[in-house]
Amino acid sequence: MSDKALYDKIRKNPKFAQLCRERGRFSLILSLIVLVPYYAFMMTVAYNPKFFADHFGDSTIMTIGWPIGAVIIVGSWLLTGIYIRRANGAFEDLNEEIIAEARK
Amino acid sequence: MSLSKLKSIGLAVLALLPTLALAAAASDGPVEKQPVNISAIAMFVVFVLLTLGITYWAASRTKSTADFYTAGGGISGFQNGLAIAGDYMSAATLLGLSSLIYARGFDGFIYTISFFVGWPIILFILAERLRNLGKFTFADIASFRLDQTKIRTFAAFGSLTVVFFYLIVQMVGAGQLIQLLFGLEYNFAVILVGVLMIIYVTFGGMVATTWVQIIKACLLLFGGTLLMLLTFNYFGFSFDNLFGKAIESSKLGVSLMEPGKLLADPVSAVSLSLGLLFGTAALPHILMRFFTVPNAKEARKSVFVATGFIGFFFLVVVVLGIGAITIVGTDPQFFENGVVGGKLIGGSNMPVMHLAKAVGGDIFLGFLSAVAFATILAVVSGLALAGASAISHDIYARVIKKGSASGEQEMRVGKYASVFIGFIAVVLGILFKDQNVAFLVALAFGVAASVNFPVLILSMYWKGLTTRGALIGGIVGLFAAVGLVILSPAVWVKVIGNAAPIFPYDHPALFSMSAAFLATWLFSVTDKSARAKAEIAAFDDQYVRAQTGIGAAQASDH
Repeated sequence: MSDKALYDKIRKNPKFAQLCRERGRFSLILSLIVLVPYYAFMMTVAYNPKFFADHFGDSTIMTIGWPIGAVIIVGSWLLTGIYIRRANGAFEDLNEEIIAEARK
Repeated sequence: MSLSKLKSIGLAVLALLPTLALAAAASDGPVEKQPVNISAIAMFVVFVLLTLGITYWAASRTKSTADFYTAGGGISGFQNGLAIAGDYMSAATLLGLSSLIYARGFDGFIYTISFFVGWPIILFILAERLRNLGKFTFADIASFRLDQTKIRTFAAFGSLTVVFFYLIVQMVGAGQLIQLLFGLEYNFAVILVGVLMIIYVTFGGMVATTWVQIIKACLLLFGGTLLMLLTFNYFGFSFDNLFGKAIESSKLGVSLMEPGKLLADPVSAVSLSLGLLFGTAALPHILMRFFTVPNAKEARKSVFVATGFIGFFFLVVVVLGIGAITIVGTDPQFFENGVVGGKLIGGSNMPVMHLAKAVGGDIFLGFLSAVAFATILAVVSGLALAGASAISHDIYARVIKKGSASGEQEMRVGKYASVFIGFIAVVLGILFKDQNVAFLVALAFGVAASVNFPVLILSMYWKGLTTRGALIGGIVGLFAAVGLVILSPAVWVKVIGNAAPIFPYDHPALFSMSAAFLATWLFSVTDKSARAKAEIAAFDDQYVRAQTGIGAAQASDH
């Protein structure tokens, strides 16, 4: 079967629409979880920099800006882990199913 | 806007990117050539011999164009992740970011974070579609359903522009750094980098380039981590001690711990972060790495691995920068004429190198110097290969020969192109000696974000994109990015010598990217030609391939 015919067949499969919708929504949500806190951070730096000067916990030295920054870095990385877990797991299975059904 | 504010923005952007900070060393004026460093050279020679051995092995495995451009798609996700991290953790990152934190404290950390957050976004919106649609170059994707001649030529031109701007920065940085660390002549250093780069790329193609990158990434991670542990040990593994001593030692005092003036202007901060975020996502040598893995699954995995290593490394760099404030910043042996708080020996990018000497002695300094040199070599090789592929695959094979060139011919052109790019890079590196090349980084990222990124993302996500829209939008983005950088403080004031800039921000992305997207949209929706209709209709099939990977370039087996 040519790729063209396969594509037509896949487009008609409701599972394909489901895959695109769910994976699209998932990546959008994760992108927002990275970008919203990051830009909130940047805008706080611009408009209310003293926010980050508060001390962290009991420390008289460490300010909260540093752990917040570290959380942005580590958290973003953990999100990439969550993404590939689902994208390489459930979504990939669904994708293979769609391809197999189209090739039948 | 007051002059002092302008000045602070200018400073902000000067110190902006690691690479930029590295380039800024060039503006410190000519650096002193240091005494020849034997242990550093010996360790570097070992690295070169090892990588030449790998190139020899890789040459026997580089038989087809796919091998040459993408290692036949046979790199695993983990290996590719390390290689991507290697591309991103340049000498500039190690030296530039750490010196920024050393000098600016928390402000340096904000840059570090901004330089990082693009990675998860690349994974969420780009990785799988890149792998499913592309074959060898990013122009493959941009021109997937658009006019092969026009869009491919334009995309190749965009890639080459970014590659050359970036190469000049790297070459000048390399010359400076090697002069400092190894005590070798600037011109000799630039030629050495050029020659090794040509050998890796021409004979070993992507296989050699990838392995050079992987080895270097491991060395850098190892060296950085060891340095971090030695530094942290000095402070008894206590963050309070590390930061407390830094506050005592720094001119900034407690303000070290909170945001300063560098990012006080929101427009400048947003423009910077957009440029970094989307510029990173459209650097040709980074995009090319997505085609070296067998499928979308491995492509995703490689970004996960890369993001982890880059994030870890950036946090290590933070500790190094803060630690250096106390260890380097209070030790007269690291300052010119022994004046603490004066000019650092070797220039403002040297805190980490001095730190290595302070906590690890001459041998460790030699090791880290060799790693820094290896890092530059690996990054320029990736750039050269990306440039060569734009010439041989896009311009020669697709535009000039319209796909009728044989694989052998295409690969031969690719090899000539790498020699040509290496030669030009050496010439430009020598021409730009002692020049302030900081603006070239703004240009590279500005052009990547405003020319390459809009066409890349819209061709994948927006059905309505047409050739006319992509072309006009790209040209608008190019002129906006280049024009605004010329009118910015980095060129208008620092290079041309005017009193005040016409465009107050050093990073154009917020404006040039918006202009590019707007023009692309406007000239696409008003395009009623028959060709536009066909291009829009072709989106549906492209979409299925982008999502499922059916029809995607396969890994070649040997």
